Amino acid sequence: MTGVLGRLGWSAASLAVLAAVWWAAAAYAQSPLLPSPPQVLDALRAAAASGDLALNLGATLARVAVSFGLAMVLGSMLGVWLGLSPTADRLLGPWVTLFLNLPALVIIILAYVWFGLNEWAAIAAVAVNKVPNVAVTLREGTVALSRDLSEMAAVYRFGRWTTLRHVALPQLAPFFAAAARSGLALVWKIVLVVELLGRPNGVGFELQTAFQLFDVATILAYALAFGLIVQAIEIGVVQPWERAANRWRR
Amino acid sequence: MTGVTVHIRAKTFPAQSGAPERALYRDFLLEVADGSFVAVLGPSGLGKTTLLNMIAGLDRAFEGEIRFTGGAEPRIGYAFQNPRLLPWRTVLQNVLLPLDGSPASERRARSLLEEMGLGDAADVYPERLSVGMQRRAALARAFALEPDLLLMDEPFVSLDEANAEKLRDLLAALVARRPTTVLFVTHDSREAHRLADRVVTLAGPPVRIAEDRAVRPSSGATAGTESGPRR
Repeated sequence: MTGVLGRLGWSAASLAVLAAVWWAAAAYAQSPLLPSPPQVLDALRAAAASGDLALNLGATLARVAVSFGLAMVLGSMLGVWLGLSPTADRLLGPWVTLFLNLPALVIIILAYVWFGLNEWAAIAAVAVNKVPNVAVTLREGTVALSRDLSEMAAVYRFGRWTTLRHVALPQLAPFFAAAARSGLALVWKIVLVVELLGRPNGVGFELQTAFQLFDVATILAYALAFGLIVQAIEIGVVQPWERAANRWRR
Repeated sequence: MTGVTVHIRAKTFPAQSGAPERALYRDFLLEVADGSFVAVLGPSGLGKTTLLNMIAGLDRAFEGEIRFTGGAEPRIGYAFQNPRLLPWRTVLQNVLLPLDGSPASERRARSLLEEMGLGDAADVYPERLSVGMQRRAALARAFALEPDLLLMDEPFVSLDEANAEKLRDLLAALVARRPTTVLFVTHDSREAHRLADRVVTLAGPPVRIAEDRAVRPSSGATAGTESGPRR
């Protein structure tokens, strides 16, 4: 418990320093283009009171959750397959590299142009952006699977399910964690772009409106709210799961 | 229990980085009697591990056949050169995974661990144990299965002599109490003669049997055949 509190304490101290620097800069600039922390908190309260904040955060989080889940599942399946089958890797590996280097914006625009300005085009565009990342990470993990342990599982007739659960997945866990962590960061950024370009709600849509009004306080308020939520997911979900998956290590 | 007839017409080692393909085994015949303890002796790098892998069904890239006298699919326990325990499962879980999950098999696993001095280590992750204890855990896994055939690939290598000797005693006691067919690969002649009732010395390549000697009456159902060098 002290470990968790200690970590949170350090994070809080570090963020407090950042806020102090920001406050000092805002006081010096005296401009609506660089609002101070209290002004941003006011904007946050206003957005929360009007119900916009909950509505937009909810819409964005739902898109993040669905496209993230979709990308993790599809990307993992693709990556494991590429790792297991050299033929598949020879055939599809170059596609993955191509998609990995295709700008997110291109995929988003094409998805909207081809499939219309709808929810599924938005979610698919985000997922397609993320799938190659997950696939590459999981391919690496699959290629690195221990042959010694696979042979052991074969001799002792573990069977498919036991081998997957007790031999393969624990070896892939760190790769899942790496893909999930970088995935979360990437997906929520791309979701905002998707919303900015073609959705009538969500944090991205709200940011565009604020941008048109040069309402920097609202922009920062939404960034703050969203950053806090992503941090909470990282500290509350990703890190505990990682610790549990690694408790066997010396 | 099961006996094994190993007949390898040809096993080649693929050509790599300039070196040509080379014949590892050619017209090799080894018969292991049901219930015998056979030590296979030979220098490192000759292909002894390859032999065990072919018998275990891990290496199928050869011409010839492996026949088991006790049925087509015997239960095989394999003590590899490295313990090959799952580091993310406890010692007890490692021993239980190959078993059928019945309460009886769990009781057997626990009492085996107890007997091998691993009673307190049952719920510990393998990497927190010494190498000697890891080897004992691997041995427990192979034995808990009550194998028809036990393959052992230099399981006591890289241990200090005192520990290796303790494990040899343990192995001898376990085999005496629950007889099984054992094929024990080693490059240590003393170890081979101390444990086995028949010592097969390999030479090559290609691998052939240089010497085949019964060192004591077999404890198993069929006596090991005494014979000179044969092909």
